[in-house]
Amino acid sequence: MSYGETEAVRGIDLEVMPGEIFAFLGPNGAGKTTTVEILEGYRRRTGGEVVVLGEDPQRAGRAWRDRIGIVLQSCRVDPYLTVRESLALYAGYYQHPRPVDEVIVLVGLEGKADERARKLSGGQQRRLDVGMALVGDPELLFLDEPTTGFDPSARRQAWDVIAGLREIGKTVFLTTHYMDEAQRLADRVTIISGGEIVARGTPADLGQRGRQGATIRYRRDGEEVTVQTETPVQALHELTGEALARGEDLEGLEVTRPTLEDVYLQLTATAEAEDGAAE
Amino acid sequence: MSALALVAHQFRYDQKAFWRNPASVFFTVMFPVVLLLIFGAVFGGKHVELGNGESVKTTTYYVPAIITLAVISATMQGLAMSLVIAREDGRLKRSRGTPLPPWVFIAGRVGNSIVVAVLMLALLAAIGRVLFSVPIPWSDLPAVLVTLAIGAACFCTLGIALTAAIPSQDAAAPIVNALLLPLYFLSGIFIPDDELSSGVISFANHFPVRDFFEAFIQAYIPAAPGSGVDWGNLAVVAIWGVAGLLLAVKFFRWTPKGG
Repeated sequence: MSYGETEAVRGIDLEVMPGEIFAFLGPNGAGKTTTVEILEGYRRRTGGEVVVLGEDPQRAGRAWRDRIGIVLQSCRVDPYLTVRESLALYAGYYQHPRPVDEVIVLVGLEGKADERARKLSGGQQRRLDVGMALVGDPELLFLDEPTTGFDPSARRQAWDVIAGLREIGKTVFLTTHYMDEAQRLADRVTIISGGEIVARGTPADLGQRGRQGATIRYRRDGEEVTVQTETPVQALHELTGEALARGEDLEGLEVTRPTLEDVYLQLTATAEAEDGAAE
Repeated sequence: MSALALVAHQFRYDQKAFWRNPASVFFTVMFPVVLLLIFGAVFGGKHVELGNGESVKTTTYYVPAIITLAVISATMQGLAMSLVIAREDGRLKRSRGTPLPPWVFIAGRVGNSIVVAVLMLALLAAIGRVLFSVPIPWSDLPAVLVTLAIGAACFCTLGIALTAAIPSQDAAAPIVNALLLPLYFLSGIFIPDDELSSGVISFANHFPVRDFFEAFIQAYIPAAPGSGVDWGNLAVVAIWGVAGLLLAVKFFRWTPKGG
């Protein structure tokens, strides 16, 4: 069953399954927000077909909005309302809201329920923002770069909240420019660069895609030695065999695979280079 | 929720946010009170000659003058400022992503402004009565309320329309004040009518602050030229209000202008 299908920006074609966390990944300016705003019904497209929850977002009305939740890329919550009040305000907009107290727990703001938003940290305000998108109990949530500018601990807390959305059966369309965020949260990832899709798959698939063997590193006589190999097991066997025969240690020995980050940088760099060549 | 209940819901939270915001409380509530106290204390013993030659105490003149300012401040100024701040924060755009009908959001804000305007009428009238013995025009109260309602509604639409000309949060206060402060001076709100040249007054008459002020003074001061509802001036204010409404419908933006 397809949740949505779009052909926009530059022939983007994507499909999101119910109940999954779908990460839409790309560098700044890649077209992520344009695409997500078309899906949210904020932006009119010039062509192509878009179906979100069975309707065309640019024609959909209140009943459709009742089924989606949106966290914008940059939005400040009302500084003078408390966490509970902001959630109650938004709950009133929807037909079947979740209980406010339940949402406060879901976004981890139990201790801050009666604090005015201006007293909250950036990360806490963002979690309130997620709570406001969640309080209408939507089927589908759009999160546009929800952790940009966060420190590592705030990011981890936000990730826990987003991962929790899957457990309560929500479908999440997440845009991000952080590979680790997609890797940590997403069931499937689509990478966009320069307005075009450059890769798609599960986080694990994307890792495979970029595998060009492994890198073995160690130090010999204080000098760093790097070995690129397609067959790391055999290479390692030979290396360690020789070292043992000489009665030496291989100082700082490590074997690494390209991380998803490496794959991502490689993919987006290629697309940008092609863009540059075309201009 | 029915549409009306939804407006009440939105209004309730707009009220909370309004009263907790020190800037809105200062500029909308405290500032007119301070002005009335200062004008009353400094010019209290003098008299002002109204357009019909009647002489009234300056305090009798300043109570409706400052109420006029307070109504415009609660509506046009308050709405323009708070809507631009909410727009640039992304809060207007965010509310468009919910099932809330856009007109309900606006109705909540307009309701908030009008309620504050009515409270300011009561507060300033009471201060005028208690401190400066300026009589409250009980028998003309319906005329005062009608005048206030029409004026408040019109200055609301002008405030909403004005947001389209304000590019950022930082620009909101300077633009609003640059428009209104000179008009307050030229329209006789700060400097009484009999100190202004007829040229100044006829210039000010091109703008709705003066029209609303004339209508309000007529309703509020029994000795003023005419009595009760000043339909002539209110009709001019209403034309401005309709123009504001049309501009607002055409140019009001829900998305931030800055990025």
